[in-house]
Amino acid sequence: MPVLPTRVDPKSETFRANYAAMLEQVRYLQEQLALARAGGGQKYVERHRQRGKLLPRERIELLLDPDAPFLELSPLAAWGTEYTVGAGVVTGLGVVKGVECVIVANDPTVKGGAINPYGLEKSLRALEISAKNRLPLIHLTESAGADLPVQSKIFVPGGKTFREITRRSAERVPTICLVFGSSTAGGAYVPGMSDYVVMVKGQAKVFLGGPPLVKMATNEDADEESLGGAEMHSRVSGVSDYLAENEFDAIRIAREIVGHLNWRKLGQARMRPVEEPRYDPDELLGIPSADLRKPFEVREVIARIVDGSYFEEFKANYGTTLVTGWAHLHGYPLGIVANNGILFSDSSQKAAQFIQLCNKIDVPILFLQNITGYMVGVQYEQGGIIKDGAKMINAVANSTVPMFTVMIGSSYGAGNYGMCGRAYDPRFLFTWPNHRIAVMGPEQLAGVMSIVRRQAAERAGQVFDEEQDRMIRQMVVQQIEQESNAFYATARLWDDGIIDPRETRTVLGIVISAAFNNVVKGTDSFGVFRM
Amino acid sequence: MARFHKVLVANRGEIARRIFRACRQLGLKTVALYADPDREAPFVREADEAVALGAPVTGQGFLAIESIIAAAHRTGADAIHPGYGFLAENADFAQACREAGIVFVGPPPAAIRAMGTKIEAKQIAVQVGVPVIPGFPTAGLSEEAILQKAREIGFPVLVKASAGGGGKGMRRVERPEELSAALAAAAREAQSAFGDPTLLVERYIEKPRHIEIQVLADEHGNVVHVFERECSIQRRYQKIFEEAPSPFVDDLLRERMGAAAVALAKAIGYVNAGTVEFVVDPRGAFYFLEMNTRLQVEHPVTEEVTGLDLVRLQLEIAQGAPLPFAQEDLVLRGHAIEARLYAEDPWHDFLPSTGTITCWEPPAIPGVRYESGIETGSAVTIYYDPMLAKIIARGSTRAEAIRRLTRALEELRVHGVACNREFLLRVLQHEQFQTGDFDTHFLSHHPELLLPPDHTPIATIHALAAALWDQARRRHEARVLASIPSGWRNNPSQRQWVEYRCEDHVCRVEYRVLKGGQFEASVNGESHHGRILSADEGGIALEIDGIRRRYVLQAAGATRYVDSVLGHSALEELPRFPTPEFEAVRGGCTAPMPGRIVSVRVEPGQSVDRGEVLVILEAMKMEHEVVAPHAGCVREVLVEPGQQVEAGTVLVVVEPAEAEVVATK
Repeated sequence: MPVLPTRVDPKSETFRANYAAMLEQVRYLQEQLALARAGGGQKYVERHRQRGKLLPRERIELLLDPDAPFLELSPLAAWGTEYTVGAGVVTGLGVVKGVECVIVANDPTVKGGAINPYGLEKSLRALEISAKNRLPLIHLTESAGADLPVQSKIFVPGGKTFREITRRSAERVPTICLVFGSSTAGGAYVPGMSDYVVMVKGQAKVFLGGPPLVKMATNEDADEESLGGAEMHSRVSGVSDYLAENEFDAIRIAREIVGHLNWRKLGQARMRPVEEPRYDPDELLGIPSADLRKPFEVREVIARIVDGSYFEEFKANYGTTLVTGWAHLHGYPLGIVANNGILFSDSSQKAAQFIQLCNKIDVPILFLQNITGYMVGVQYEQGGIIKDGAKMINAVANSTVPMFTVMIGSSYGAGNYGMCGRAYDPRFLFTWPNHRIAVMGPEQLAGVMSIVRRQAAERAGQVFDEEQDRMIRQMVVQQIEQESNAFYATARLWDDGIIDPRETRTVLGIVISAAFNNVVKGTDSFGVFRM
Repeated sequence: MARFHKVLVANRGEIARRIFRACRQLGLKTVALYADPDREAPFVREADEAVALGAPVTGQGFLAIESIIAAAHRTGADAIHPGYGFLAENADFAQACREAGIVFVGPPPAAIRAMGTKIEAKQIAVQVGVPVIPGFPTAGLSEEAILQKAREIGFPVLVKASAGGGGKGMRRVERPEELSAALAAAAREAQSAFGDPTLLVERYIEKPRHIEIQVLADEHGNVVHVFERECSIQRRYQKIFEEAPSPFVDDLLRERMGAAAVALAKAIGYVNAGTVEFVVDPRGAFYFLEMNTRLQVEHPVTEEVTGLDLVRLQLEIAQGAPLPFAQEDLVLRGHAIEARLYAEDPWHDFLPSTGTITCWEPPAIPGVRYESGIETGSAVTIYYDPMLAKIIARGSTRAEAIRRLTRALEELRVHGVACNREFLLRVLQHEQFQTGDFDTHFLSHHPELLLPPDHTPIATIHALAAALWDQARRRHEARVLASIPSGWRNNPSQRQWVEYRCEDHVCRVEYRVLKGGQFEASVNGESHHGRILSADEGGIALEIDGIRRRYVLQAAGATRYVDSVLGHSALEELPRFPTPEFEAVRGGCTAPMPGRIVSVRVEPGQSVDRGEVLVILEAMKMEHEVVAPHAGCVREVLVEPGQQVEAGTVLVVVEPAEAEVVATK
């Protein structure tokens, strides 16, 4: 396979400016991650430790195979909202006994692990990842239940949690639930629905109704231990399968359970020996333009992500604002669809054809998204840009091979859809900290709104207040800037996390391997249409 | 016409291998004898045939004359080499061989007998003019006569029990006026220790050195000496270092001692290889101690400085050949030192250590020779001497031999048992050893050599190396995501960690592997940083705090053996998950279901084995046995026959036995 050449000059003015800007954003990302790790804050962390308990990330670290990687998902969920950064739950992809698993751990230092709307969405996303990629799920449970003041946002959608656990069980994707503390009321159905339940002696509390509720309901006097202690559930009710002496023991047991699952990955591929890229991934900080309005060469990004920087380009001379081709990443075969400019009819057709080809050979697709949208204007509308965009969106929507999206710059307009945005169910979606996402760019949006207002004023025969329009435009730009920011997006679970650009290859390596736990099979509906 | 074609070796381990090697060179076939613990030993495999002796039983095996001779007959062996120890100096055995028509590779029975008892041997020595330590028995002498004779010997003198040994009843007397009291005290002690108050008075030898002369004699009357060996570094009469030549002996003394040894050998009609042991005082006066009528353990040092093959010569002499050289043909070249490597713990009173040798890798160093009966996988058992190997280093000078021996001991990889390596190194590095200024009291004068060393600094670095090696191995063997950077986190909250125990010290290693093999780590809180240069099955090359070294590693279960230029460590990885007590999980001694107690089989105070029936419970028309969850003592019986119980009711409380508690922790 041909090796991609590079024209990056790390000494150039542009590179250094880009690098500095991106590094600043990466530093900011790291600061925000530190906030997520702080959980409910020092006071609650200390109180939790004083009870002899482990923090959620400590539990996860113990659970994982030593030295195996762990990819935390949506660590900045609820960032910038009224809730704690991370949303009171830690989720991620890790390796336990050589098996890739999804791990969900409540953070009891954040409001006792109570579920808030962001946390619920984050947990549900973890369940979805487990289902789509066929990954065993390990639930490290310690939660006060629904965050009652916001119960209205949780109660109805929250039911999915239990439905998903058992549906996956039906599909032979097991859930292992370790109960470290409270898991009461509705929460009791997390262990209730799980395939394997381990409860920690003296800590687990699993009941539908606690002593006060029981007193109110039936006037019975009951203590917590007899209503829902680990020993009771292990010896009497059978809700627990394993009685763990302590937290360490529970985690040890969970590892043994995973060990006996006889787990086999179903996805098959012709693997290649792994080769690191020829160019330093560190340069990924200097390649994307600090000003997203300036285009940058996406092949330079590909060259720093794929094995050996090998890339077999497809239709190199056709629809050149989109780059398509094949490569390998950590040994796995991969088709790549990457923006290198605006989407025109020809580039859209090329994408549709390429996506179909990948489906015919059961090769996953990586979308590198840096798109301001499909081309507009008389010539393009008359040329059928809608038809061609529709072909691309059609191909993406009906593609059944695993798809992965990394947002490396702009994500505006229908380009987000055609390039496998969140709504198109990529298996995983990550963003770089420089990324912007919105229906269109802030200036364009403000400008469009201004034109509409001006027309409305003219129709109504009113005098258009230029000064007011300038102020409104400024405000709109500001608002849209803020709402299209990568952190605003990741807070709302529009992606699975912001990543350091230099670690793109590693993150993709982890998620592609995870996807191969499920069958990897392209759609068979039609032959490949030559566009 | 050769007298024999097939040699049975009535010995084991390194000496058996040594003799087989000589036999092969001479085209002789070989037979080994082995008891059960040696079934897999190299010496057994290296013989053409091997005869099983069965279980190792005291007084049997290598000591059972009849069965050894029978083994020779069964295999058609027409010669027996006894090696050293066992029957090597047993005249009856030599006689039995002769009567059975088998060549005994060693001296004639009469010569063995002549040297067999110390008193008789001394008398012979006196007869041929070989000096012995001046002394006399006190029996029948008046105190005055004793004093007179003692003055003739010269003070200080040694008063000791005729019957004894081990220092009991032994007194050093400095001045004539102290003699009377010393005699009385020694006699009392001798009486109480041996039931015999008779005493000997001898010249007290100050700063004695143990120096011995190797002799070779053929059947044709030729006797030569092959110079001396010094074996003064001893512990409880066990030789630790032997060397040739002695740093003390000059040409003149060598000639005088050699001539004395030859005279003694001639006087008793000695044939084959033998050793005459002397004690030498600082003025160069030497006194006959005893003669060993066999091959010595330390024979290799003589071989190294003379170029002779003593075992081969033994076999040729036994074939009736004349010595192929005369005294004047023998030349002494260079210097050789032998160290005896033992499976024993020098820091705990040399307690023998048993176990499986998980690694035996002697380093190839110029001039260094290894004589060993073991290999990787060999077992060190309680049945035999725990000597692992003799390491012999030759050099053009004594200093060179010391350097080579030091290097060999330092680089040697031996794992699975404790060994005296570090102790040997301490002796080698001791100034007095290096200058040759020592005597047989060397160790008792330097008790600091036996103080346990502090291994913490080495263990710290070795624990880090072990952790990073384990890490590399795990990554290499990972079933998924093996090519992803080690321990990668997008939101790192803590480092990877592992704990190792080294002796009674725990090392907690925390580390994070970064880009390009860089790492940051801490061991018990102390920070280190560096780079992994390469890692493979056999070890890891690391730069730690700016110093690059290779660490050779081996895993055996939870143990990591680390060898590097720093030293050697055995680290035991501590379990990540403390094993819980299974008490509660096993349900203790509770009723498994509701039912009626049919019978109670135990009473308080009674000790029970694990699984022993405590109570029989009837439920659902079936009888169920409630058994002891562990061995221990019945503390309480809480039910009686006929009683109805609920599920989970505690029936009997059994206090776990001590050992059980340890085992489950």
